[in-house]
Amino acid sequence: MSYLAVTDLSISFGGIRAVDDVSFEVEEGEVFAIIGPNGAGKTTLFNLVSGIYFPDGGSVRFAGRDITSLPAHRIAPLGLARTFQNIELFEHATVLQNLLIGRHVHRRSTALSHLLFLPAVRREELEHRRRVEDVIDLLELAHYREQRIANLPYGVRKVVEVGRALCLEPKLLLLDEPTSGLNPEESEDMGFWIEDINRDLGVTVVMVAHDMGLVSRVAGRVLALNEGRVIAEGSPADVQKNPAVVDAYLGAD
Amino acid sequence: MRFLFKTHYNQDIDHLKHGGDRFWYGLLLVLVAAAPAALDTFYLGELNLVMIYAIAGVGLMLLVGYTGQVSLGHAAFLAIGAYTHSLLLGAGVPFLFSLVAAVLVSALVGAGVGWIALRMTGIYLAIATLAFAMLTEQTISRAEWLTGGFRGLAVPQPSLFGMPLTEGWQRYYLTLALLVVTLLLALNILRSSTGRAMVAIRDSEISAESVGINLAVYKTLAFALSAGITGLAGALFAHRLGYLSPDAFTFLISLQLLLMVVVGGVGSMRGVIYGALFIGFLPQLLAIARDTLPPQIAQAPGLEPGIFGLILVLVILFEPQGIFGRWLKIKSYFQLFPLYRRATHRRQKTYLRTERLR
Repeated sequence: MSYLAVTDLSISFGGIRAVDDVSFEVEEGEVFAIIGPNGAGKTTLFNLVSGIYFPDGGSVRFAGRDITSLPAHRIAPLGLARTFQNIELFEHATVLQNLLIGRHVHRRSTALSHLLFLPAVRREELEHRRRVEDVIDLLELAHYREQRIANLPYGVRKVVEVGRALCLEPKLLLLDEPTSGLNPEESEDMGFWIEDINRDLGVTVVMVAHDMGLVSRVAGRVLALNEGRVIAEGSPADVQKNPAVVDAYLGAD
Repeated sequence: MRFLFKTHYNQDIDHLKHGGDRFWYGLLLVLVAAAPAALDTFYLGELNLVMIYAIAGVGLMLLVGYTGQVSLGHAAFLAIGAYTHSLLLGAGVPFLFSLVAAVLVSALVGAGVGWIALRMTGIYLAIATLAFAMLTEQTISRAEWLTGGFRGLAVPQPSLFGMPLTEGWQRYYLTLALLVVTLLLALNILRSSTGRAMVAIRDSEISAESVGINLAVYKTLAFALSAGITGLAGALFAHRLGYLSPDAFTFLISLQLLLMVVVGGVGSMRGVIYGALFIGFLPQLLAIARDTLPPQIAQAPGLEPGIFGLILVLVILFEPQGIFGRWLKIKSYFQLFPLYRRATHRRQKTYLRTERLR
């Protein structure tokens, strides 16, 4: 039984089969990359796995549990965190607040005790803060801690979003184009962080990526999609050489 | 400029962050506590009204400024609080209990409205809450067996622990105490995970969901909290009015409450106080100005709502962060002097965001 098992997953929007009978399996502890040209269905696949869309057919199993029909807010507590391609941070809150929001699934106290801010709530807040500071240290965000997201440059936002996902203490992390829009230096850093997250924190990573340099550096296996269908699966080198993949990106003769 | 050297995470959690805070808030508390000695009955009554507005504003701010759900129907919760309190007082329920009941009934109705309105956002939600307010107004005027309809309902005199609260200063201290308690409770919510979940919903529903926030639960909760606090203000408002009738809780009141939140500064509790002062004292300032203006202008009909509207438009155009936002800018001008640049507070560009997924 693999860690994340996607079986025959399909969804249509109107007449378009955005994801068409896609199956793949991810083992615990690996870095798995999903590539494909624009419109291949990569982000839609992520939205299906993380419970934002519900599929027309097929199933998603995570850590031995069927999560196909669970809504997003019930999937997150199981240990599945994600980032968004176009960055969905809480713009008018500070970096620290964004990361603290990431701790939501670990809250133990009730809204009534929050109203009174009982001593137990303060203890819990301190505990959340300690965990958040660990993430801030890891991702070198200390400089931006008190800043509002709206005032941050794009590259830092990208890192904050990874940080927020890490604050959930996930077992599986879905990264939607973690390096899109980053300069080469920032991409390099992101690559190191993904390796750290995978190796040191033991988080299984599934990422959508366009940057083949990054993919070959950090990913163990690659899945290639085109027009909603799987066209290749294997090691980064093999997939890059696969004729179907070359056709999909460059067009057949 | 003040540099804070933080040595403990508690410093970020505490309400009063440093000595300056403690000093100025302490001074403010002393001043408002001493106000009855210095002010005459009329201005004390006006200050009392400002504080009642502020309590309602705290409730509305939680919903509009922190959860991002616009309500144009908060006069209804004010009415529900006022009528519940007056009816229970009339039935012989002790003051404090009926106050609590007013809060609970309003919160319950608020939760119901919030739950029904779950799927609506933005302008649609505003219209739905507006419809609810009209429904409430109509219900109150038709249910004559309970509310007396347009004949009205006399509000019994309040008394606390057997002591009748008839004097202006007694009411003033009662409202002041309740305002302080309400503010503390609201600020407590905001510094805990419940408040952060509300902020998350305001800024991005999709990622709020993805970090495990149950949108339905927290939106309903925000509505309930907001309605409950507004209901408390309604109960106090009833004593201020002395005689309740449905036309005391019209759409204009809802609009005024929203105006208070926007002019004060959306997304800050201090903004509520500024907004309440603005709403409460502008009519007085206008009345004074009338004496000096030429009669053609001073006696013009609709002068007051006109000026209210004008101010709202100007605020939204030139200072969307309201009075509180302006204050922050003035403060940072002096803190950074002489390094302040006009661009310091220019709005940053927003990057492309994921299109609404549902």
